[in-house]
Amino acid sequence: MNNAETAESIANTEPGKTPARTVANVVVRFAGDSGDGMQLTGANFTDDTALYGNDLSTFPDFPAEIRAPAGSTFGVSAFQIYFGSEDITTSGDAIDVLVAMNPAALVTTLDEVVKGGLIIVDTGAFSEKNLKKAKYEDSPLEDGSLDAYRVLEIDIHKHVIAAVEPFNLGHKMALRCKNMWTLGLVLWLFDRDKQGTIDNLQKKFASKPDIANANVAALNAGHAFGETAEMPSGIEIYKVPKAKVEPGVYRDIDGSTGLAWGLIAGGKLADINLLFASYPITPASSLLHILAARKEFDVATFQAEDEIAAVCAAVGASFAGSLGVTSSAGPGIALKGEAISLAVSAELPLVVINTQRGGPSTGLPTKTEQSDLLQAVYGRHGDTPLPVISTSTPSDCFEVAIEAVRIATRYMTPVMLLSDGYIANAAEPWLIPDIADFASFPVQFREETEGFHPSLRDPDTLARVWAKPGTPGLEHRIGGIEKSYDTGDISYDPDNHQKMTDTRRDKVLGISKDIPLQEVVMGNTSGKLAVVGWGSTYGPIHQGVKQSREDGLDVSHIHIRHLWPFPDNLKELLSGFDKILVPEMNTGHLVKMLRSEFLIDAQALNKVNGLPFKIGEIIDAIRATLAEDD
Amino acid sequence: MNQAVDTLTIDDFSSDQEVRWCPGCGDYAVLKTIQKLMPELKRPRESQVFVSGIGCSSRFPYYMETYGFHTIHGRAPSVATGVKLANPELDVWVITGDGDALSIGGNHTMHALRRNVDLNILLFNNEIYGLTKGQYSPTSKVGTRSPSTPDGSVDRPLSPCAIALGAGAPFVARSIDTEMKHLSPVVKEAHAHEGASFVEILQNCPIYNDGIFEQVKNKKIAPDFRVEAEHGQPLLFGKDKNKGIRLNRDELTLEVVNLGENAEMEDILVHDQTNLAQAQLLAAMQGPEFPVAIGILYYSPVTAYVSDVTDQRLKLRESRGQADLGKLLLSGHTWTVK
Repeated sequence: MNNAETAESIANTEPGKTPARTVANVVVRFAGDSGDGMQLTGANFTDDTALYGNDLSTFPDFPAEIRAPAGSTFGVSAFQIYFGSEDITTSGDAIDVLVAMNPAALVTTLDEVVKGGLIIVDTGAFSEKNLKKAKYEDSPLEDGSLDAYRVLEIDIHKHVIAAVEPFNLGHKMALRCKNMWTLGLVLWLFDRDKQGTIDNLQKKFASKPDIANANVAALNAGHAFGETAEMPSGIEIYKVPKAKVEPGVYRDIDGSTGLAWGLIAGGKLADINLLFASYPITPASSLLHILAARKEFDVATFQAEDEIAAVCAAVGASFAGSLGVTSSAGPGIALKGEAISLAVSAELPLVVINTQRGGPSTGLPTKTEQSDLLQAVYGRHGDTPLPVISTSTPSDCFEVAIEAVRIATRYMTPVMLLSDGYIANAAEPWLIPDIADFASFPVQFREETEGFHPSLRDPDTLARVWAKPGTPGLEHRIGGIEKSYDTGDISYDPDNHQKMTDTRRDKVLGISKDIPLQEVVMGNTSGKLAVVGWGSTYGPIHQGVKQSREDGLDVSHIHIRHLWPFPDNLKELLSGFDKILVPEMNTGHLVKMLRSEFLIDAQALNKVNGLPFKIGEIIDAIRATLAEDD
Repeated sequence: MNQAVDTLTIDDFSSDQEVRWCPGCGDYAVLKTIQKLMPELKRPRESQVFVSGIGCSSRFPYYMETYGFHTIHGRAPSVATGVKLANPELDVWVITGDGDALSIGGNHTMHALRRNVDLNILLFNNEIYGLTKGQYSPTSKVGTRSPSTPDGSVDRPLSPCAIALGAGAPFVARSIDTEMKHLSPVVKEAHAHEGASFVEILQNCPIYNDGIFEQVKNKKIAPDFRVEAEHGQPLLFGKDKNKGIRLNRDELTLEVVNLGENAEMEDILVHDQTNLAQAQLLAAMQGPEFPVAIGILYYSPVTAYVSDVTDQRLKLRESRGQADLGKLLLSGHTWTVK
């Protein structure tokens, strides 16, 4: 109900039944202790919501601590889902429905709940001990501090014990079913079918039928409770109409999975093996995990001893005729810098994925930020140009990974692919593509010995020739020392260094002719204001521009995937707008690049608190920027 | 051209690049030994890949008419690991020095060895930084005067072979730059070994550390300052082979004894290259109290990393069947919107 004006209340007049009301969008957050199974609850609710036909976006929020003490505020694990009948591109500004499984979950989340929002609490977990752990002096259920909200108090502990009693699980195991009891209730609240979750539970606990049946019983009991219990006044069933979405087969995708599968697809389209070499770092590690579990594909994984070894192994693999891929977050990318420059100098393909997090140094490892753009574009020694591309949403990742493989192999260059912690973990429905719809770009290895030298280039792309070890007659040496443009041998000649530096620059700049022209995501191609973004700000910018346009404001949304080189038409496109606003989760990186490249008066909107922009923040900035005219 | 391996000669392995080491540098001798050895390996020229880091010795690949990659300081083992993972058919050589492999790249050396990547690592140990003009290195003896230690170094050096053994290398050897007859068979064994092979080559830097290995290289005095380890043979040395190494079983240490004076032949330790504890004792021997051990100090093969990786992959492919990207995208929970 973030756009409450579109919500329409219909009082259900049937006696004895809980009234219902129709809303366009709603944000639900399940929050509980790390051991309460909130991620599983959220995942199942997501499945059921997708099956129902809503558009949605989710964001899991789990603690940085691996096993935090039970009941503590820093041990709260939460799962947020934003779903509705319109296109959903963020996980929501504010929470409409909070499910708080204990006092810690309530105290850490309450600030984000809209006034008048619904809070479901498990009173069974509001013991004195748990209240103390959450630093409550008095129970918030009794001291009036929740008066501004609608609170549904249920002793879920008691209900779930009763529901699973026939299964003789013992007290502790029985209580572990309380997340499913709660899910049953929430499925009722949103009028979703519970069969999907029942199927999932039967599958998940196939080897433990008692556990499966107990969980299903708990789910049914929670659902039945909603149907039969007399609800306090103010509690309504939510009707969220289906979204209009493109027909096809869908699945949920998170950013890490999208990138991993995109790399596999890219390798296939390039007809080349991949070596994914990486070192564990939050929030980038899941890429390594996903690919390591897919050994049947032509992607080998290598967990190196450190970040430098990881990128070097990737560079070595590229020299040997595979495509090396490495991945990290900001601190690790900094360590890889020298080897990335080697790949630029040796003109070898390489894909470097940076899942950005809050910096500097260890910074905010589990929070999101976009503060590595300048590092990606400029942050190496020497004149070391390389193409930089970014992904905007989890469902964008697959295609962007393919694009990185394409550019790297076609231009014999490292490509930096920027993702971030939000994209990596967030999930949304994805219209599953048919790989046959993607144009292939098979790599051509040199085999002809006549006229060969290692500095030969394609006259169009300026890409250096790729001759892999094992090819008879093409034995050659490459390295980080400057090479002769004409022979590939070591050269300290001054004019040659000028020529090689220019060539490396021109090769990368030339990629701008080989990428799509910049399009406008929403709005006119000229006008009063363009909001220009990149990366995971896509969702809030999109919603902010959409709502502003509905309010009659002349504003367009431009989102840049190719950050270096920029698309050829970007300057012209931007010059058609009176004002440019650039929201970024950094202190102003893209805005600096746009100003320096195009001499335009782009204005920054910056935020670095580790959290994505709220739609409201974008709308406020749009209004403020346009108001400056008056 | 694909040249029959039987017709290859030393000339086929010499590139057209002008060699630019200082006159008298030990690297020339090693280069010649390796170029001469190449045809004996009976392997196609295009299957040989030399990967190096940074330093004087790391220029080596430019002079070999094979595939070569002159990378960045300390990282050659990592680059080489990537090469081998990408194409296990290649013979991958790592050319490195004491600063490259044991200072800036110590971590990668350690992990290439403990993973047992099938690499032939040749470490040119001249106990000095040559290319940066003579600073002391992690193998320099205490008291080494250099531009960065004008009053003599105070930190203790490490022994490359002891480090290699500690890291779990299954093949560890030591040889000498200018002694082709010793170096060549050692390197040939290293190449034959499937797994990480580590060869420390004592190499003279005539400019910044001249004569540092004089005791083990000078034919007049060397017999008294080095012992040649040969598997199954007693560890005897001296001009008349009248000195030997004895294991003090009470103290678990080695001691130098004189045959006919304080020891008999049966007291002399017999070199067992499969015995790790013995190899560690031999690797640690330093002059002048002890002779420096040269030869294959340790050789105990275990399966190599890349072949284990490949085996695991093949087994998984067998059990999972043909990889199908379309199926992968549709795996798990999906739903259809009409």
